[in-house]
Amino acid sequence: MSNNTVTRADLSEAVYQEVGLSRNESSELVESVLSIIADSLADGENVKISSFGSFAVRQKTGRMGRNPKTGEEVPIGPRRVLVFRPSQVLKSVVAGID
Amino acid sequence: MIKSELVQKLAEQNPHLYHRAVERIVSTIFDEITDALVRGDRVELRGFGAFSVKHRPERTGRNPRTGEAVHVPAKSVPFFKTGKELRERLND
Repeated sequence: MSNNTVTRADLSEAVYQEVGLSRNESSELVESVLSIIADSLADGENVKISSFGSFAVRQKTGRMGRNPKTGEEVPIGPRRVLVFRPSQVLKSVVAGID
Repeated sequence: MIKSELVQKLAEQNPHLYHRAVERIVSTIFDEITDALVRGDRVELRGFGAFSVKHRPERTGRNPRTGEAVHVPAKSVPFFKTGKELRERLND
């Protein structure tokens, strides 16, 4: 395992290598893809990318939480959270690594 | 929204690109993330979220129907943590 971190710059570089647009346009396209996904999720619409996984927005009810450091009770309001469910394909290619 | 609709939207925003090119761009991004995870790398997309691989140690599971103990070997699973900005956007 290499333990490196891949960032937007690496994704842009991959798009640049693969499609042959300028580096600038490649990085704008990566940004656009992330924005389209984020906008859809912010609208409460789930996003499903076949053979990769799906992003789903879940509604959570409010509950009483506790500050683990002080033991103090704090109310946690109802909120929406994002969950990512990897596809079967992604799960199986990742399962074997250690 | 599914992948083809994402491609469609990106194509509409970039009318100068061939539809085929737009498809390749979208696929390249998800392939790159997948390849990174297969290498055990972390993918950090500030404001959006981070993909990483979590290791699950081996354990003794149980067949819920028969109650029989079964050995579940160690494995790795993909994990996504939502970025701060996106998390906040979901709630405003």
